[in-house]
Amino acid sequence: MSPDRPRQTDSGILGRSWSRIGLYAFLLGMVVFYLIPIETGLATSIKRAGDFTGRNPYLPPLPWDATLASWSEGFFSLLDGLINSLVLVVPATILSGLLGSMAAYGLTTISWRGQVGIYSLFVAGIFIPYQAVLVPLTVFWYNIVPIQDWWLESVANGISVFGLFEIPSTFMLLGWELGFQPYHWQLISLIITHTAYGIPICALLFRAHYKKLPDEMVEAARLDGASIRRIYRRIILPLSVPMFAVVFIYQFTQIWNDLLFALILVQNNEAAVVTQQLVDLGASQEGVDYPLRMAGAFIAALPTLLVYVVFGDKFAKGVAA
Amino acid sequence: MRKILRAVKRRIHRRRLRSDGGTTDQRTKFLNRDSVRSAPFWLPPFLLVFLFVYGAIIWNFVISLTNVSNNLSTIDYSNLDFENYAIAFDGGTPSWARFDVGSYISPIWNAAQNTIVLMVAFAVVCLALGLWLAILVDRDIRFENTFRTIYLLPMSLSFVVTAKFWAFMYNREYGLVNALFEAVGAGSVEIIQNSTLLGVESIALGPIAIGSIGIPVKLAAIVFALIWQYSGYAMVVYLAGLRAIPDSHFEAARVDGASTIRMYWRVIIPQLRTATVSALVVLMVFSLKAFDFIYSLYGSYNPGSAADILATRMVREAYQNSRFAFASAIAIVLFVMALSIVAPYLYTQYRRGDL
Repeated sequence: MSPDRPRQTDSGILGRSWSRIGLYAFLLGMVVFYLIPIETGLATSIKRAGDFTGRNPYLPPLPWDATLASWSEGFFSLLDGLINSLVLVVPATILSGLLGSMAAYGLTTISWRGQVGIYSLFVAGIFIPYQAVLVPLTVFWYNIVPIQDWWLESVANGISVFGLFEIPSTFMLLGWELGFQPYHWQLISLIITHTAYGIPICALLFRAHYKKLPDEMVEAARLDGASIRRIYRRIILPLSVPMFAVVFIYQFTQIWNDLLFALILVQNNEAAVVTQQLVDLGASQEGVDYPLRMAGAFIAALPTLLVYVVFGDKFAKGVAA
Repeated sequence: MRKILRAVKRRIHRRRLRSDGGTTDQRTKFLNRDSVRSAPFWLPPFLLVFLFVYGAIIWNFVISLTNVSNNLSTIDYSNLDFENYAIAFDGGTPSWARFDVGSYISPIWNAAQNTIVLMVAFAVVCLALGLWLAILVDRDIRFENTFRTIYLLPMSLSFVVTAKFWAFMYNREYGLVNALFEAVGAGSVEIIQNSTLLGVESIALGPIAIGSIGIPVKLAAIVFALIWQYSGYAMVVYLAGLRAIPDSHFEAARVDGASTIRMYWRVIIPQLRTATVSALVVLMVFSLKAFDFIYSLYGSYNPGSAADILATRMVREAYQNSRFAFASAIAIVLFVMALSIVAPYLYTQYRRGDL
């Protein structure tokens, strides 16, 4: 905070303090710009269903008019979706992060000719508009590998995977005890899809990290006769922990926030994820229940908001890469 | 059998002990290559990505040549032609027309035009605003982290969530945007259902009329909301770029007596080219994905023609009208657009060795 930092070129005490005031005023104005839609939503969500009208939607209600009714209604309407989202997001995040790290390791730390070509194919995968794969994905998950239909047969008999091996029904009962529902099987297609499309960005993030690790370390380990697997487990993986945090946060946010894949791949309303449920929340013939809708939006956004508030710097790292 | 296995095991074991991989016969040499030995790590993810990304795109292209409509479980691959692309560009009644959803199909030019307008307006304003914010945040301010965190906050939200916020902001009776309009005496206006063009009604170059240039109100509203959500991203990228510029460059410009504006314009901004290009590519690709936002804003597959982009048109044709082959053709157009943005970028990255 020294006053002589080169990035400030203003001269004169008076001129400087005025330009500083202007600077802070502008920055605060931008804070208002970025927060006002969110603040308006928050203020509306605690108003009574009939009270959200009026010309000052950003003003919170008077304390005795405030109500959490919309929050509790929103929470219970979205509860199944929240659970489904969680069942989807946790495995998909871990899988894509792990596979991305493995890919980056095999394509960076161990160097060989032609790996940049393979890696380019990964990177190009980040920029694919998902529309370009939707119809094939639909055919694949509905007709070729219809996981979604299997659960119907499976409820009583346990699950037979390709007729090769069976997951017995007792095992599934154990799953129910843990809170898993049979319809969660349907989310497997979504988990695999999100994993596949998440790997490229994860690989990119990990590769940037692995490039910075000193080559001598791996060389020394190889001269000592460590196998490639051992180097990964004992050297690279422990050094990747900070990057895993960045990648997991990024992937968690991305997958939780996605709508398109769920919209196309989840056939059954029971397995709908929270973003899907939020689209229709609060709409009815009589008009839109905005307090409910805003409360629902916050409830659906809460996990990502929490992650962002707690790990904001890591999120910034992920998006800036 | 067991003997062979043991022999193989011994071989693998022996190989592992050797550090430099000097071998005699061709086969072990192949197995000894680092590409092969690291294959357990990169190959499974690669296969998954290859199948789901590249396999799916190729398959999508093949489907776009078929006539599949209504029923995806039986796709007839025997009769391939480019009819869907002809329909996409010229409009018309396809040979596989179904009368339940109407037989005439309009061309995609309207959606393509909206896509490009949205993409360019969104990316350019995001970059300008992001750069401006990054320069200000970089000027040794207090609470820098807090400002940065707040500016980036909308990006952590789902398109579905932000669409809900903005649907309320834009509401004609209760929305804050209209409250602002009224405060300045403009009166309340319909926003998200308004297809009126903003901008110049008709442009003529001498005697030749070029036509009207403008952006429909509803599309502008969508662009504005997307800028709100993603300009923080541009700021973060630019901030990283600014931090990479050594202080000596700022000092040198100051010693030369350059004014602040001149210093940034002549010395600093030219050095941010890499940041600009990478942010531009990411933002443009993001805008191709704006489907989630538009779908949630309107709560339906159809936002109306003034706000229809290729992404929404494609999903609507496939999952509302069940014209799957035709939708695949639109998807290929979208893919080619993305490719034409990304390929040059990746190629220059590759040439510079940055990949």
